[in-house]
Amino acid sequence: MTSHAATPAAGHAHHDDRSFVARYVFSTDHKIIGIQFLFLSLFFLLVGGVLAMQMRWQLGFPNQPMPGGGILPETWATDGVLLPEYYIQLVTMHGTFMVFFAIMPLLVGVYANFLIPLKIGAHDMAFPRINMASFWVAFLAGGVMLSSMFVPEGPSRAGWTMYAPLSARPDLSGVQLGQQLWCVAIVLLGLSSILGSLNYITTVINNRAPGMTWFRLPLSVWSLFITAILGLLALPVLSGAGIMLLFDQTIGTHFFDTTAGGQALLWQHLFWFFGHPEVYILILPAMGMVSDIIANGSRKPIFGYHSMVFAIVGIGFLSWIVWGHHMFMSGMNPTLGSTFMVTTMIIAVPSAIKVFNWLGTMWEGDLHFHVPMLNAVGFVAMFVIGGLSGVFMAATPVDMPIHDTYFIVAHIHYVLFGGSLFALFGAITYWYPKMFGRMMNERWGKVHFWLTMVFFNLVFFPMHNLGMGGHMRRIYDPTVYTFLGPMQGLNRFISLAAFALFTVQAIFAFNFLWSLFRGKPAGANPWRDNGLEWSLPNPAPHGNWERVPTVYRGPYEFSHPQASEDFLPQHVKLPGDQEPASAKGAAR
Amino acid sequence: MNWWLPLKGSTFAGPIDGLFTAILIITGIAFVVVEAGVLWFSVKYRHREGRKARHTHGNLTAEIIWTAIPAVTVIILGVVSNVYWKRIKGRDSVPADAYPIAIHAKQFEWRVTYPGPDGQLGTDDDFTVRNQLHVPVNRNVVFELTSEDVIHSFWVPVFRLKQDAVPGMTIRAWVQPTVTGEYELGCAELCGMQHYRMRARVYVQSVAEFDAWLSEQIQEGAAS
Amino acid sequence: MSKLGLAAALAGALVALGMGGRWGDAAQAGGTVTGRVKFTGTKPTMRRIDMSEETACAAKYATPPTEESVVVNANGTLANVFVYVKSGLPATYKAAPATAPVVLDQDGCRYHPHVFGIMVGQPLHIKNSDPLAHNIKSKGKANRPFNISQPNVSRTPTVRTFTAPEVMVALECNVHGWMQAYAGVLPHGFFAVTGADGSFTIPRLPPGTYTLEAWHERYGVQTATVTIAGTETKTAEFTFAAK
Repeated sequence: MTSHAATPAAGHAHHDDRSFVARYVFSTDHKIIGIQFLFLSLFFLLVGGVLAMQMRWQLGFPNQPMPGGGILPETWATDGVLLPEYYIQLVTMHGTFMVFFAIMPLLVGVYANFLIPLKIGAHDMAFPRINMASFWVAFLAGGVMLSSMFVPEGPSRAGWTMYAPLSARPDLSGVQLGQQLWCVAIVLLGLSSILGSLNYITTVINNRAPGMTWFRLPLSVWSLFITAILGLLALPVLSGAGIMLLFDQTIGTHFFDTTAGGQALLWQHLFWFFGHPEVYILILPAMGMVSDIIANGSRKPIFGYHSMVFAIVGIGFLSWIVWGHHMFMSGMNPTLGSTFMVTTMIIAVPSAIKVFNWLGTMWEGDLHFHVPMLNAVGFVAMFVIGGLSGVFMAATPVDMPIHDTYFIVAHIHYVLFGGSLFALFGAITYWYPKMFGRMMNERWGKVHFWLTMVFFNLVFFPMHNLGMGGHMRRIYDPTVYTFLGPMQGLNRFISLAAFALFTVQAIFAFNFLWSLFRGKPAGANPWRDNGLEWSLPNPAPHGNWERVPTVYRGPYEFSHPQASEDFLPQHVKLPGDQEPASAKGAAR
Repeated sequence: MNWWLPLKGSTFAGPIDGLFTAILIITGIAFVVVEAGVLWFSVKYRHREGRKARHTHGNLTAEIIWTAIPAVTVIILGVVSNVYWKRIKGRDSVPADAYPIAIHAKQFEWRVTYPGPDGQLGTDDDFTVRNQLHVPVNRNVVFELTSEDVIHSFWVPVFRLKQDAVPGMTIRAWVQPTVTGEYELGCAELCGMQHYRMRARVYVQSVAEFDAWLSEQIQEGAAS
Repeated sequence: MSKLGLAAALAGALVALGMGGRWGDAAQAGGTVTGRVKFTGTKPTMRRIDMSEETACAAKYATPPTEESVVVNANGTLANVFVYVKSGLPATYKAAPATAPVVLDQDGCRYHPHVFGIMVGQPLHIKNSDPLAHNIKSKGKANRPFNISQPNVSRTPTVRTFTAPEVMVALECNVHGWMQAYAGVLPHGFFAVTGADGSFTIPRLPPGTYTLEAWHERYGVQTATVTIAGTETKTAEFTFAAK
């Protein structure tokens, strides 16, 4: 209905006469769009997990028939035993679905959409219809990617990193249509991200409530803002590369074909120029939301707020100049490798700063370990392992033995699961009442957290050892190699722990779905938090506020000496507070 | 059960493993400090009746310290790493006396070509063996890596040597093996559905044994 | 429809019903072409296949196997020559694909048979008799390429069919670069492959004048013409010379 800023009052907040379809399906409301992304991404998280379980079966029990394997078509399994080409497809699609259709949309599509207007004090995004398009294009992209699983020969077989020439030559990969569909889906997803980024950046710059200065923005908003800039600049590179790859496969170009004047390494440069900012897209929003939650759980201001902001900006900036660290062994000029090594070492520093500031926040706090706080602290504990393991890879000589081994797989999963996914468990629980007006069950949330923490470490920590032993990635049958024999027991152990880890997620799924209907109705501000969003009812109404609040302070004024409670919301005016000088963003 | 790095089988292994261990110690200290901090704070500052949190926004000295220490540490690591990196991978680092072996990677085999009695690759006396790499111990060897089709990666764990083979490029990677024995080589870059089967055996032999093997191969080649 | 048309349709239906065997019109005996493929010149030396890194296969051989691109028999004939009717069948001739499968086995890291014929739509059963992984990559141009793995001894064969005539579709294993096979895909069943005595026999040919082609993987193709009037046997000979 109301698409952009100017007109006050008309159709805002309480009066909502939209149809069901306009309200919940083709909605321009940022909160509904965020919730739509949530359901879409959780579905793909499940898909990615199911694919991983099959991979772990083959690795733990090589060449044995998989339970239920009989239902797979004969191009994927023979008598229930997974075929090597199917295994590679599992590897490819697990990575693809998890990175592009689960974690990225969970962090950005859900929380940039849901939180930004609520936390900065805006009625909606700057461009609500473009926002709606961003979701439906992502939905289409997901459908195309999913459809690639069901075409002849199945989906792509070149790994989620899609290295050419393997990905460009159907005669070498054995997959034609599925590979093309991958490219199409990725281009569509890129478009969705770009449309989203346009909104997030514009809204944060232009639509902040009066008094919401840059340095009063919550760190979740800062991180989503920087992430949006990364996305705006990085996704076009991926889309361009995807189009070039599609052309190589279909219309006879040879961008990546060295036999015809192309360059095999060109794909890697393009992909990783996107890919490294991408991994920061996959962690920064998690860091931002964790900051909000830790401050809340500690009843203390974030320690070093300005340092945290500079660290986010620093990470964002540095992320553009480290991509070659994925290519140390690629045949790229070693001198170039040296420069990337230097920049990669430097980017460790802002992440370290953030970890110490989270610890500083907990120090001398009044720690309440509600489920979001458990997950946020779990994030810190696990992310630090993932970040530290990255130092090994950054040191170029050490990267030589560990590149393309399970050491890298361990690192990836410590930052993406131990990091981003734990942060998401916390964030989903934390903002659940704002989305659905109910609370998730606290006890089941704690059980889920502890079981996940235990099994997660049992699965992924030993992978460091596998990698040190020389275990390569993407290997269908490790028993081919004698030197891997002594480690096969570890592979089996990891697989069993992985099956347990996957099963435990049913607790979260059940808690999430059950609470939609039977969760405890949420009070007004169940976490006793300071953010602007908690000044609204649960769930928040269409248009958010009738009149946006005025902001008098930063977002982390917990245990303020002048407050009667141990929290002090941003919009509450104390006797000494001044009205903000400018009405930055339209006064409405 | 093997929990650690493989046997040190080349002159690179010592420095690389040493750097690995140094990083392990440094990151281990950081790990212990952070995790102990998390655990200790979680216990010490947990909510109890009457507890109030300290209302502070930070401490500049702390920020400086925990920025400077990581920064200095990574700079030192970077400098040390680069010294070894140039020695191992630098394009000018290949020793002049290195014995050349051509390794042509293809889906899904390694074609290893030896230079024959004249010691030169690309001449008529070269011979090719499938999936077998023989090298003399304590001698420099340089591999000329090429690929027939897609990107593969030449990976010998005991040498700590890894180098991608890229179609359209000839990439040189050198090593000096130090321990005789029979080892394995694998492909470390996804190259297609039988990527897992690109295994070759690596024989590090005494110079005498290596020469004997070479002669035997040449004679067999002439006979067949 | 006229009575003549009805009769023709019924006859056609009967002919169609009678099909199922490899040679379209099972009711008729037809003529036979037979002959040999000779080889002249010095027999080329076939290189020894290096199976040293594939012990399960190497163990199946008493003496190390050699490549099989040129197999000259003791009697001076050439094996693995694909002989087929290239043209000459009546325009109305239509054969239903044979239902009996052609079996391609991977045994001792070699394809058995090395050269074979198969009808369009006839099932190809690919089996693995080796306890190790092979992949079968078909490099058809008129036929859709496929590339499938068989990681171990197969309990059930993998089945594929070819949809278009193509002489020849090359098949290869990429794990074992010496493994090659060739499939001659035809819309009819008039083909044969020479064996250890270099001879071929193509029976049940309807009357007509035929162009026969003999294909060899290294020495190319040769043609011969043969006319069949009824149920007689005609001979045709091909000679390939060493290059």
